[in-house]
Amino acid sequence: MPETYKLLAEFAQTWGLAYFVAVFLMVLIYALSPSRKSRFDAAARMPLQED
Amino acid sequence: MALTATTSKGMTFGEAGSALAFAALSFLSIIIAAKAYTPEYAFHAYLFAAAAGAAAFKIIDCYYDRPAELPPLTINGKPNYNMGPVKFGTLASVFWGVAGFAIGLLIALQLAFPALNFDTSWLSFGRMRPLHTSAVIFAFGGNILIASSFYVVQRTCRARLVGDIAPWFVVLGYNFFIVIAGTGYLLGITQGKEYAEPEWYADLWLTVVWVTYFLVFLGTIMRRKEPHIYVANWFYLAFILTIAVLHLGNNATIPVSLFSPKSYIVWSGVQDAMVQWWYGHNAVGFFLTAGFLAIMYYFIPKRAERPVYSYRLSIIHFWALIFLYIWAGPHHLHYTALPDWAQTLGMVFSIMLWMPSWGGMINGLMTLSGAWDKLRTDPVLRLMVVSVAFYGMSTFEGPMMSVKEVNSLSHYTDWTIGHVHSGALGWVAYVSFGAIYCLVPWLWNKERLYSMKAVSWHFWISTLGIVLYISSMWVAGILQGLMWRAYTSLGFLEYSFIEVVEAMQPFYVIRALGGALFVAGSLIMAWNVWKTITAGEEVAEANATQSILIAAE
Repeated sequence: MPETYKLLAEFAQTWGLAYFVAVFLMVLIYALSPSRKSRFDAAARMPLQED
Repeated sequence: MALTATTSKGMTFGEAGSALAFAALSFLSIIIAAKAYTPEYAFHAYLFAAAAGAAAFKIIDCYYDRPAELPPLTINGKPNYNMGPVKFGTLASVFWGVAGFAIGLLIALQLAFPALNFDTSWLSFGRMRPLHTSAVIFAFGGNILIASSFYVVQRTCRARLVGDIAPWFVVLGYNFFIVIAGTGYLLGITQGKEYAEPEWYADLWLTVVWVTYFLVFLGTIMRRKEPHIYVANWFYLAFILTIAVLHLGNNATIPVSLFSPKSYIVWSGVQDAMVQWWYGHNAVGFFLTAGFLAIMYYFIPKRAERPVYSYRLSIIHFWALIFLYIWAGPHHLHYTALPDWAQTLGMVFSIMLWMPSWGGMINGLMTLSGAWDKLRTDPVLRLMVVSVAFYGMSTFEGPMMSVKEVNSLSHYTDWTIGHVHSGALGWVAYVSFGAIYCLVPWLWNKERLYSMKAVSWHFWISTLGIVLYISSMWVAGILQGLMWRAYTSLGFLEYSFIEVVEAMQPFYVIRALGGALFVAGSLIMAWNVWKTITAGEEVAEANATQSILIAAE
């Protein structure tokens, strides 16, 4: 049992951490990349559009 | 005889299937009622039988009344929105809000004046308290979340809701769940898990309703005419999906029998406690936060007539918030049998939540840049902006209270109650009031609300109420915490428990006064909503296309 815990904890503290950091970086790249600026500016006005 | 019908009329699969399913449920409920172990459970089975029977009847009745063709998805190229369920949910929210606040006032008075228990088990604090929390969170909050989500998803996707029976099943089925849960508490049926009190059969029913809700919402998004999925829909989706997962995880129970309301949870000991607060805290994170942030992201830009301050921030806000919240639950179990590392993990993630929470608050507030003057003239916008300010305040306070050292003083005291209500009254209720005040004129084609002055009165009366409520509970809580940990020079506890209870009396009276003001404000809102619908000025001709659309539903 303690071995299982140690194994899981080690995995979470290394690969788990790296995975979450990578996912968050992907979110940042998606949100901040200049190529999407005009699309997001348009999306920000979505509630204001009428049919 | 007009022979215009081109298609022959027939029942859809959904109509026939749901009518049959309801008929079967009604039949099953009658058998359960007959064989139920307790009269309370038999009463609930009869309610199920009556409601399911009425649903089957109504579906067939609607089939005979409807034209051969189903409602079109578009009329003259414009989406044919389905606003009926939205209207129902909005009104249900107002109704449950007033009821839930009033029950809250009653239990606040019971704490100050215990004679108000009236010596009957039905009105005892232990039964009324879950009635209050469920009525305000799930009935008032849940209805405005469902109603506003159905409104926002249709408007931002430019698509009609999926299904014709399904959206009605969601709102009516959800409200039926609330009736079962609420009457259950009064009759003494409870699992005893905070915010998850309803027993197994009510939980099963909610699961069916909630999965339908998820499918209707997702189906509408998939039907969208806009390529981009607006950020509010992301928040609604996270709210719906996560609540489904939490609900299933925390209600993994095995009933004693089909004929008994009693069930046992499969988790045991500290695991059960951890699952309960994983559920409990994420009910805060995904029901009371993500869902209402969706309201913020649609209704504040719409009302202020300004675009979202930073759409990029809203994306980062979304992913960071949903990612961090799910880990914060263990802070409810500091200094318990829960392993230390889990407590610390919960605390660290709670503190990290400061960043997305304040990111979201800044995004909401800054959306007003260029429109700050509207705060002076539009009390509805004022309600929503104050709600975002309260959101910032209570999401600062929460992580602070999750720090173990602070928690050792604050836990089990009225400070927690004060914290919860600054979030619940200040943030959740105010942003909901804002949404209701926006939705009612839009849905009923009125030029404006019946009385803006009444909105202003509502705002000031209930703000005063909140201030009285939270300040009295802060003082009470810190006093309570300090009295509990005070030792004499000989190492004995300085105060007995009852002495601490006595010290709370004046604060409980002040809290009840604050609650009374909040109830008064909600009554003003109910009156205003009623007058807007019955006597409000209709939308002028220039905007008449909108009315035709809605009339054609």
